[in-house]
Amino acid sequence: MTYATGQQYLKDGVLPHMWCPGCGIGVMLRACLRSFEELGYRNEDTVVVTGIGCTGKLDDYVVTHALHTTHGRALACATGIKAAKDDLHVVVFMGDGDSVTIGGNHFLHAARRNIDLTAIVINNFNFGMTGGQFSGTTFNGAITQTSAYGNPERQLDICALAEVAGANFVARSTPWHVDDLSALITEALSRKGFSLVEVLSPCPTHFGSNNKMKKGTDMLGWLKERTMPVDLYRSKSPAERAGIFPIGKLVDRCEPDFAARYAEVGAKATGN
Amino acid sequence: MKNYASLLQGNEAMAQGALYAGARFYAGYPITPSSEIAQECSKVMPKLGGVYMQMEDEIASMAAIIGASLAGVKSFTATSGPGFSLMQENLGLAIMGEVPCVVIDVQRSGPSTGLATKPAQSDIMQIRWGRHGDQELIALSPSSVGECFSLTVEAFNLAEKLRTPVVVAADEIVAHMRENILIPEPGEVEVFDRRKPTGDPAAYLPFGPAPDGVPPISSYGSDYIMHVSSSMHGPDGYSNNGPDNAARQIARKNSKFEHHRAEIVKTRTYEADDADVLFVTFGTVTRAARAAARTLRESGVRAGVLQLITVWPFAEEAVAEFGGRAKTVVVPEMNYHGQLAGEVKKVLGAGADVRRVNSWNGQIITPRDILRAI
Repeated sequence: MTYATGQQYLKDGVLPHMWCPGCGIGVMLRACLRSFEELGYRNEDTVVVTGIGCTGKLDDYVVTHALHTTHGRALACATGIKAAKDDLHVVVFMGDGDSVTIGGNHFLHAARRNIDLTAIVINNFNFGMTGGQFSGTTFNGAITQTSAYGNPERQLDICALAEVAGANFVARSTPWHVDDLSALITEALSRKGFSLVEVLSPCPTHFGSNNKMKKGTDMLGWLKERTMPVDLYRSKSPAERAGIFPIGKLVDRCEPDFAARYAEVGAKATGN
Repeated sequence: MKNYASLLQGNEAMAQGALYAGARFYAGYPITPSSEIAQECSKVMPKLGGVYMQMEDEIASMAAIIGASLAGVKSFTATSGPGFSLMQENLGLAIMGEVPCVVIDVQRSGPSTGLATKPAQSDIMQIRWGRHGDQELIALSPSSVGECFSLTVEAFNLAEKLRTPVVVAADEIVAHMRENILIPEPGEVEVFDRRKPTGDPAAYLPFGPAPDGVPPISSYGSDYIMHVSSSMHGPDGYSNNGPDNAARQIARKNSKFEHHRAEIVKTRTYEADDADVLFVTFGTVTRAARAAARTLRESGVRAGVLQLITVWPFAEEAVAEFGGRAKTVVVPEMNYHGQLAGEVKKVLGAGADVRRVNSWNGQIITPRDILRAI
């Protein structure tokens, strides 16, 4: 049996990578590149789009087409790529800052348009690259470099946001559940319309060390305890759900994507 | 189809110019006084197999045209003051990534929301210096509906030739004015397409050295795999923070404007050769200056006009030549600080008689306003 390694998409000579020990980005990247291979993606037909931050460094490791954008604007750039050339595989990698903090507006509207992209969001609950400040997904009360007395704000639920905005496919997983993560990424890539996979990720260097989880394994264990398969989650009472992330496939719809709806506009305009 | 005269609004003419140049992707966010460009594109693009996208804001509009251009489709957006301010960050990305695209800025009165429906020429310094970092940005400024068409075609040609964003710096007056223009037939006006890579795809360097400073540009989906980055990058497009590399990249990215300077910097003169009084203008104010010059000529004063079709890079040579010959230079412009006058003074020196005529209340500058300076 052949085993997908994703090697054909990985740049030579870039390992070891830049991410900290215990970080989830490497696990996620490996899963993605293997999915590319399983789905038979050609490097020439694939565009990796990144934002800014730890996850935003990811394009430097791949040998597909790539666009490393400004902070928060990856989805807006990717929308232009996909709308202009529908036969490309456009995969957007963002952190919690890119996706729903500075880039929240683009996230909402990319999902609303149901543009045929796959967005992979590493949510590590803080801004890692700049030294561990709170982001839009940091819990209320969490300690970060800009919330020494506890974060006064509440966290956004990325998957819920994608669901109400109209994404076709929404899933969540963690590096602890790596096989599930790989399967969900493959499914997200295969689906038409806007697909989101949120990857809850350890950040032992910053978020972890500020919140009594200095080791990567501490944060992995914490993620394991804080997550629950979505079917089980839905059977629980609101009190039992508190502080728990449902994982797995959360939304699975087949609404027409932007290209399909724009084709209808084109047909009307040309009278065909 | 024969050439035919069309009574067009400036905004419509800019949209038509873009389509003539081969633009097939428009992304924008409606804003007065540029909205007719979006409206025109929303009607025409689907008929031509092109794409009209209405984005969530101007940040996204600029981002989307960058993405579309890198996918190989000529792309543009149109906006006005507040929207143009929002585009600055991704204009920087287009400059860093050397992405051909066109941004039409129909200038209106500010600051902020300001006089939202009134004209101004107060974005000139924002166009030049609105972003962080060392860079050039070409800006062309139309003074008539005919120029709205022709300069938009030219903006695309320069964008494609130099792998760079180009701004069409219009204003509310020319954008909403209607004039009869002749739309050229296809092929009648040169349309330039970006130079694509050739040879071994594995050896392709999207940011490598080139004789004129402009490396060939691939497109997403091509066998020539292209890595484009907002971060400092080496010739291959991958991150490279080395100081020597950074120095080379910034120097090359700026050098292409020097290599192509003669093709970029365009001026037009009206009886400027013997002018004792020279009006240096751009955009619609050129028309008032021409009327003022005619009035002066009728009364025996040798007056002329130097119109800067290209506002940036600044036409230092022409300003020095004609301004150096004149006894008095007058710079009429619709802004408070004399943004263009400052540049003219920089060229002509402290001893020169450079006078300013400014309006900042959303009202047009009239020939009479200009004559008061003499």
